[in-house]
Amino acid sequence: MSAEKRFEIFRLFFSILIALLVSFALIFLVSKQPVAAIMALITGPFKSGRNLANVVEAMIPLIFTGTGVCIMFAANQINLASEGAFHLGGLVAAAFALKLALPAGLAPAVCLILAAAAGALFTALPAILKIKTGASEMVASLMINYLSLWFCTFILMHFILDPAAGAASYSLPKTAKLLTLFSGTRIHFGLIIALVVAVLGHVFLYQSKMGYELRIAGSNKQFAEYSGIDIVKVILISQLVGGAVAGLGGGVEILSPIYSRFTWTSLLGYGWDAIVICTLAKKDPLKTPLAALFLAYLRTGASIMARTTDVTLEVVQITQGVIILLAVAEQFLSKTKHRIIAREAKAALQKEEAA
Amino acid sequence: MSDQYVLQMQNIMKIYGNGVVANEDVSLSLKKGEIHSLLGENGAGKSTLMKVLFGIETPDSGKILLNGQETTIKSPMDAISKGIGMVHQHFMLVPSLTVAENIILGVEPKKGLFIDMKQAVAEARRIAEQYNFDIDVTAKVEEIPVGVKQKVEILKALYRGADILILDEPTAVLTPQETDELFVQLEKLRADGHTIIFISHKLDEIKRICNRATIMRNGRSMGTYEVSEISTDDMSKLMVGREVVLTFDKKPPVLKEVMLRVRDLTVHNAQGVLKVDRLSFDLKGGEILGIAGVEGNGQSELINTLTAINKSYGGEIFIKGADIRQDSVKGVRERKLGHIPEDRMTSGCAGNLSIRENMFSNQYTDPAYSGKFLLKTKVLARRAAELVKEYLVKCKNPEQNVGMLSGGNIQKVIVAREFSISPDIIIANQPTRGIDVGAAEFIRRRLLEYRDAGCAVILVSADLNEVFSLSDRLAVMYKGKFSGLFTDVGSVTEEQLGQYMLGLRHDEELGGAIYER
Repeated sequence: MSAEKRFEIFRLFFSILIALLVSFALIFLVSKQPVAAIMALITGPFKSGRNLANVVEAMIPLIFTGTGVCIMFAANQINLASEGAFHLGGLVAAAFALKLALPAGLAPAVCLILAAAAGALFTALPAILKIKTGASEMVASLMINYLSLWFCTFILMHFILDPAAGAASYSLPKTAKLLTLFSGTRIHFGLIIALVVAVLGHVFLYQSKMGYELRIAGSNKQFAEYSGIDIVKVILISQLVGGAVAGLGGGVEILSPIYSRFTWTSLLGYGWDAIVICTLAKKDPLKTPLAALFLAYLRTGASIMARTTDVTLEVVQITQGVIILLAVAEQFLSKTKHRIIAREAKAALQKEEAA
Repeated sequence: MSDQYVLQMQNIMKIYGNGVVANEDVSLSLKKGEIHSLLGENGAGKSTLMKVLFGIETPDSGKILLNGQETTIKSPMDAISKGIGMVHQHFMLVPSLTVAENIILGVEPKKGLFIDMKQAVAEARRIAEQYNFDIDVTAKVEEIPVGVKQKVEILKALYRGADILILDEPTAVLTPQETDELFVQLEKLRADGHTIIFISHKLDEIKRICNRATIMRNGRSMGTYEVSEISTDDMSKLMVGREVVLTFDKKPPVLKEVMLRVRDLTVHNAQGVLKVDRLSFDLKGGEILGIAGVEGNGQSELINTLTAINKSYGGEIFIKGADIRQDSVKGVRERKLGHIPEDRMTSGCAGNLSIRENMFSNQYTDPAYSGKFLLKTKVLARRAAELVKEYLVKCKNPEQNVGMLSGGNIQKVIVAREFSISPDIIIANQPTRGIDVGAAEFIRRRLLEYRDAGCAVILVSADLNEVFSLSDRLAVMYKGKFSGLFTDVGSVTEEQLGQYMLGLRHDEELGGAIYER
């Protein structure tokens, strides 16, 4: 491994460390029991099997949206509609699970495929707008997340609402639910789907013809045009695939043992978290499970902290924000990086002279 | 001893973020009132040294003495305030403003809150007259020729009080006549006591106007010499470390069938300006058609149209008999056309992808390299390693990012990619611009090899030496037309070519552009 790669890893860990220290400082400021709070945050997830299981459950949706964002961002399509695609995927899977009444085995498969299709069509909207009118996909995708939220809420309220249950759909049929992998936990078959998606995402992006086109266009659009790569196809395919993965993630989440009814009446934030995942994974879907694991661990710790002490959940949002800021800031530790590179270059020079 | 120097740079070391040691222990001393050449191949570290002097880069070690006093130069503003001016190779002018506005930009004479335009014009005139520059200061910069733009750049620096003037390859964009004019001005400036650093790799120019020369190679200084006491041969040896072959043993061309037929080609640019004007020519396999001309006379538009990057044109283009009007870029490339683009960083490569990934962007769909969906990654890796070896690309391994390489090595990657499809037509647009002599020679030899193998080559180049030594036929492009076409390249002189380039001479009837009606 080159000094530069080693440095990148070091910088990532250093960013995380600083972010944690900032959070600790905040906890000390706001809490009457800071030490207990920090202990809950850091060691809480390891305290029981159930807590550990919570970490794994929480990482599953993050792998999906993270992989989707990796694919779109690698093509330099800054589409932020994964949030809405995830939400829509959840609704579509729930609605078809309720209305289709398919046999076990087939039901989840059909519902998930439909969820993925819905997600793909949804994130393709900004892509089509961009191709047809030149509108920035970033702005368009940001706005249509609300379209998704209110559309889903409308369908929930008028078509699948259980009048006996408040703002929730009818109970989802057992035949459509995903299997639990370990009894006593809610870790479900979605974990396997997520890991397969991460691997396939990697293969798509780094070993397929289409992925090669995506990355060339994402890295230098003019070079892609000069090479004869179809930019319109890249814009469309990257956002279709990215949205499909996010939609699939929404479907998996709603059909998991965590939910028994469709109850989402506000955006869940997995689409935003995906940007953190993508940053930590350096746009490589294969690394999204690790990034998701880290974020899920932090989230679980935070919720334990919130339950057992006087510190609220939001502290972790700050940690997350600081990590992103530091991880994407090119100039952070740039002097140290320069020193390392200069030292290596000088050593190489001396070796050359000796030879 | 040291007070005879206006400027001394001592033991400068500069390492870039990608680990490239651009300057290693380089020293440079300037005497007052001399024209001092900084000579070296591209990538030798000349530009870096000048960036350090002009405050754009911070050196890792070494010191700078101005009039014997140690100093640090923190920014270009700082450099200007210390009397150092720089004229960049790519002009830093605002095209939509007038000459006077450009000259006073940033140091405007004010009247209350507003710029005193009358005063500005007067000041610009005064400075132009003081230095005998014959310029209309009220003309818009976008409307004046390149040679005049350069004068504006020089005046800009002088207006800010520059005693030391850095000129980065000032003649690269000039015609021979404009170069002569520039040299007259530089001599006047020298007589006035200005000190000039003249960056170049054109040895004859250095011989003509420089007093001393510091020669750089590979980030190191090879010493400073009195220009009158060193021969051009010795200079070039110090520069490249070996003898440069400037003439090639070229076999006479063996012409094959017509590969490219262009008839009445007319192209307008995005602003609707006519850039290619009813151009007709043929190109056969086995020959190199050189296209010389001052930049901006339609060469880029011609090339972009031939390669289908631009799709709106009048007239007809045939590749091996087939009309390419319906072809996409990919379609044209599938007709076995290799294209070395004018600007390697903007369209020739993706800097943050690896050498391997940059080598197959034009041929990854070839069944040898990919199946229906997947790339044959092992084959690609092996092939990339072969190409790196064959084209002598200096790198740690093919997985290194292309952006980390030197200009010459990036160009070799591009050439390797474009030549590895075994092309029938090669369109080489400025194939050796801004790269070191060694890499340039390598690329030129390759072009000749492909010509000898029956490939049809179009070579667009600003390097007259290059078009002279490689072309079998030589056309000069002026205002979208061929102002001249020479079938006997050996009989043309540089002066003649200059006159055609400037439009002073213009042949109405071109003999030899078309093979058959």
